Amino acid sequence: MAAKLILSMDGLVLKEIPLTKERTTIGRKPHNDIQIDNLAISGEHSVIVTILNDSFLEDLNSTNGTYVNGQPIKKHFLQNNDVVELGKYKLKYINEAPSQTTAADFEKTMVLRPDLMKKTAEQTAAKSPSMSDTQVGMKAVDTHTGMTPPPAAPAVAPPPPSQAVPMGAIQILTGANAGKELELTKNLTTLGKPGVQVAVITRRPHGYFITHVEGANMPVVNGAVLDAHPRELKDHDVIELAGVKMEFFLKG
Amino acid sequence: MDLRQALQMVSRSDAGMVRSHNEDAVFFNVAQGMAILADGMGGYNAGEVASGMATNLLGTELEKAFQKMGPHQLDASGKLYSHSVLEAEIARANTAIYQAAQSQPQYAGMGTTLVVALFYDNMMTVAHIGDSRLYRLRGDEFHAVTRDHSLLQEQIDSGMITAEEARHSQNKNLVTRALGVDPAVEPEIRDYDTMPGDVYLLCSDGLNDMVEDEEIALTLQALSANLDLAATQLIQTANDSGGRDNVSVVLVRIAREYPAARGWWARLLQWFK
Repeated sequence: MAAKLILSMDGLVLKEIPLTKERTTIGRKPHNDIQIDNLAISGEHSVIVTILNDSFLEDLNSTNGTYVNGQPIKKHFLQNNDVVELGKYKLKYINEAPSQTTAADFEKTMVLRPDLMKKTAEQTAAKSPSMSDTQVGMKAVDTHTGMTPPPAAPAVAPPPPSQAVPMGAIQILTGANAGKELELTKNLTTLGKPGVQVAVITRRPHGYFITHVEGANMPVVNGAVLDAHPRELKDHDVIELAGVKMEFFLKG
Repeated sequence: MDLRQALQMVSRSDAGMVRSHNEDAVFFNVAQGMAILADGMGGYNAGEVASGMATNLLGTELEKAFQKMGPHQLDASGKLYSHSVLEAEIARANTAIYQAAQSQPQYAGMGTTLVVALFYDNMMTVAHIGDSRLYRLRGDEFHAVTRDHSLLQEQIDSGMITAEEARHSQNKNLVTRALGVDPAVEPEIRDYDTMPGDVYLLCSDGLNDMVEDEEIALTLQALSANLDLAATQLIQTANDSGGRDNVSVVLVRIAREYPAARGWWARLLQWFK
């Protein structure tokens, strides 16, 4: 689905503009793709360059400036729901990722092939004026933009599943550091003495796990010796490692 | 020369949490110091065919070639034998995949990324095509050795987009070079020095798209004593973060120096080992 802009003023939607062209110009003069006839808008105010699924907004040294989400910008990589402000006018940028069910197929790696690009470039040449190299200083643009855009893929990896498990911590029970507490804030925490005996505690979406890393002796949890496999840690499990006893607990 | 004393290698490959097929393929040979990883693309099972052809053909042919002559030696034209073999065999693999794709309709359009690492004479030669990567961990420093052949990397290079912005780009999946999609292909081949203690990671984009570089670095630093566990952990982290793509890794740890045997005395010494 092509990205689009929704033009509004004082909360009133004026127009929806799909970003189908490589360059979409915005300004007061009539030759602009998006003409906004208002004195606060410069003749050539700004331009949006669209490359496949990504769009970039650039201010063309306008008198009153171009703002995105309240911040003045010279050049900006547009993200879904960004609000571009020119004078009293607002342009909301919408670039929705496809639904999750189909996302996997869209994400598949594709090759940008010169012959394919040439063909589609010829077909689209009439409607899409090619962008010159110097405008954005990008070598790849001319050769690639002619290609039919593949379906949009979701922008970023989803954030790791929210921390459903409470924060885990280790309290040292014996030895010189007895009483000390260590919060397991990282996804990976190693315990023990390198070269002698080391175990790692990993934080996963569904809990904490301890695994043997190195050394002839395996860690002991609640009196039972571990094998090479990870073992899930439960609240108040007691771990023995390199001669030191420690307790794992979950912070409420 | 047998590198089993000098190098440790492990690999893992997983379909991930979403895909039904694993289109990645890996190959390694510790004794000969070679690691190969390919991420295939193309409809149905064509991606698997392309990546499997790449790793099998290259694995077998490189093994054969380096039994005849050491990779550190110079060929008739004065070029490093490793380079001339890589160029020739990658070209052959490209032709084989390209012809299969041309002749069989179900394989039309298939192709694969490729990253090959050859270890010899205290150095490493890396050849790559596409967006599969090779990273190096040396002490606390962790970064990518290869630069992706992708639209995104070209945009970063041209200053159009910052590396941070690139994380949010929707054009992540477009490679500008691939093996087997055209009659000819140009691999990028470079040499690097290695040091004992270095850990090298070859991976498909299923890892670096799902897991931040810092997280990968932390895993390798914490678990470099147990490469098997490190590899398992990397795959698990990618899957725990969503596992939207196939994910494959090859880990190589340099345990000690491995200078190439030169001259009769070195060969004699080698013989007594």
